[in-house]
Amino acid sequence: MGLTKIDLEKIYRLMIKARVLETRLIKMSKSDDGYFWIGGPGEEAFNVPLGLLIQKGEGLDYDYCHFHYRASACLLAMGSPMIDSIRQMANRSSDPFSGGRNFVSHYAIKEWNIMPVTSPIEVQYVMAPGTAWAQKKHNANGITIVTGGDAGTAEGDFASCLQWSSRPNMELPILIIVTNNHYGISTPFDQVHGDSVIAKRAESFGIKWSTVNGNDPIASYKKLEEAMNYVRSEKKPFCLEAYVSRLHGHSSSSGGNRVENEIDCIEEFEGILIKEQILSEKDCVELKETYEKEALDALKQVREEPFPLADTVFQHIYKETK
Amino acid sequence: MASIAQAIRMALHKAETQLGVEDIFGEDVGPPLGGVFTCTQGLTKSWNTPLDERGIIGMAIGLAMAGQKPVAEIQFCDYIFNTIDLLKLAGNTCWSSHGQFPLQMVIMSPVGTGIHGSIYHSHSFESMATHIPGLKVVLPSNPLDTYGLLISAVKDPNPVLFLYPKALIRVQGSEKIPGEPLDPKELSSRIDAPIENRKSWSPDWPMLEEHEVEIGKASLLRKGSSLTVISYARTLPLCVQAADQLKTQGHSIEVIDLRTLIPWDESLVYKSVQKTGRVLIVNEDTEVTNFGEHLLRKINEHCFYFLQTPPKLLAGVNTPGIGLAWTLEQSQVPQLQSIQEHMKNLCELSA
Repeated sequence: MGLTKIDLEKIYRLMIKARVLETRLIKMSKSDDGYFWIGGPGEEAFNVPLGLLIQKGEGLDYDYCHFHYRASACLLAMGSPMIDSIRQMANRSSDPFSGGRNFVSHYAIKEWNIMPVTSPIEVQYVMAPGTAWAQKKHNANGITIVTGGDAGTAEGDFASCLQWSSRPNMELPILIIVTNNHYGISTPFDQVHGDSVIAKRAESFGIKWSTVNGNDPIASYKKLEEAMNYVRSEKKPFCLEAYVSRLHGHSSSSGGNRVENEIDCIEEFEGILIKEQILSEKDCVELKETYEKEALDALKQVREEPFPLADTVFQHIYKETK
Repeated sequence: MASIAQAIRMALHKAETQLGVEDIFGEDVGPPLGGVFTCTQGLTKSWNTPLDERGIIGMAIGLAMAGQKPVAEIQFCDYIFNTIDLLKLAGNTCWSSHGQFPLQMVIMSPVGTGIHGSIYHSHSFESMATHIPGLKVVLPSNPLDTYGLLISAVKDPNPVLFLYPKALIRVQGSEKIPGEPLDPKELSSRIDAPIENRKSWSPDWPMLEEHEVEIGKASLLRKGSSLTVISYARTLPLCVQAADQLKTQGHSIEVIDLRTLIPWDESLVYKSVQKTGRVLIVNEDTEVTNFGEHLLRKINEHCFYFLQTPPKLLAGVNTPGIGLAWTLEQSQVPQLQSIQEHMKNLCELSA
């Protein structure tokens, strides 16, 4: 590995883009442009590298992604346009993930193997072994990646994921990720969890594990690349816990306002890039303004797009055979 | 004639050899046992899972998301309850992804009373299952329909909950699955695993002819003019038996095997009730918010002016479980005598 200046600039650009998008989505939740907001401001330093490292495509030979609802930076890094998230936030029929049916950050992209994101915080952990088993059986090139929060690991499905990924002689090519922001809604992690390192639970199952500072994009990139290389080459599971920030609380239900006393990965990374003269302060400001304009223009466009028609609720309950 | 267990086995053999099914899994589903009711004996794609029902349903959903056609089993429906939100997910994934992710998957599970199963081996699940939109729910009562419905379920591009009555699993059918050996002993010798030396055993599958039962089509088992009886699963053959006995007393009773609950055969039911003007629904699920109540509501809406007597539901009593003692179990779910009494009363009730 060795990230070039161009790589670092690209990562920073996507981090800023994701933050600007989330900020716009939060504003929408506080206006007539949308309802509930939930997302991932604070997780950009981890999620951008993750999105960049995913082998994107449809079918067994590409990576299956079982994300939770804080993955906006992953999606943007994979190439999803801002406007699609804005469409989902505005619950328009043009929302390509759910046609105006689901909350924002609930992605679903068949052609990129983005499995439908769900509101329950744990179910992705128990479904992911299914795609991984399909890949294992067919000796496919793709791996399965599942992400969830620290609070969701209290559910049995996280243990199920470890259990089903490590059956003797049937170990699965799966990267099990926990983004630990130290909170479940309003409850601090250490108030209700006796264990301190979640990923260490994997050790009992014979699964390799590690932790990483998810506020450091360079460390995250390196650790993710190592973990993914292991899963790809060994066809075995790996559990990675990333310590991240939660900069706007759980969701709009807690106000969605910026919180204090949490590390802002973008501010930190920006400082490094400026110090290393990879970018200037002016570059950073201009970049932010560019994305703010893109987000605002997208919103203006989306406002003109129609809501889904009421009688479409009966579409897609089943796949029709005739 | 084959039993339901044998019919499931033969249908799954076809599924794994001709219909692209690569995974048939659940607790004790694989060798050496082949299922606690032997429904998966002799299959080549069957495998054992951890004792983790959520893991089983999650695996099935994940496989279906990857375009596989999994068949998973929950050993008893009594243990499916902790998977309800995953079943809900199976049912809503196509809808919530705006049609991007239909899930082709079959979940099998035995239901109902009849084996002295006490509190955790006697549950019914069909009424709860029908509260999960996006699933299809089937519940056959005989081996021929079991075979045909399971083939249809495997081919269906949507999640199908394939329930089957454990009380009838070993009962030989009265109709032959096309192509099955005439002599049940021959069938048994070919596809039932021996008790011992099972490791070296392999089945000799009969060549069956094509047979499918369309999901959503009921079966008219007895024609009659004075009462329509709608049932399925364990209580269905009891209804047929009761109707045949009452025929000797001059009562002409129509008996419908619903076979599939979601979707259900509205046209056949309405046509029958509009003809007879009287209806009795029989099942053994607990009576409160019973699927039969949904049938009653729809029948009232569509057949109200044809009804000569109040429509009736005979179901299981609303208790937290089925008692172990035979005196308890027999009193808690409909039996031949109570079914016959209800039929007779309705037939003789003045219009």
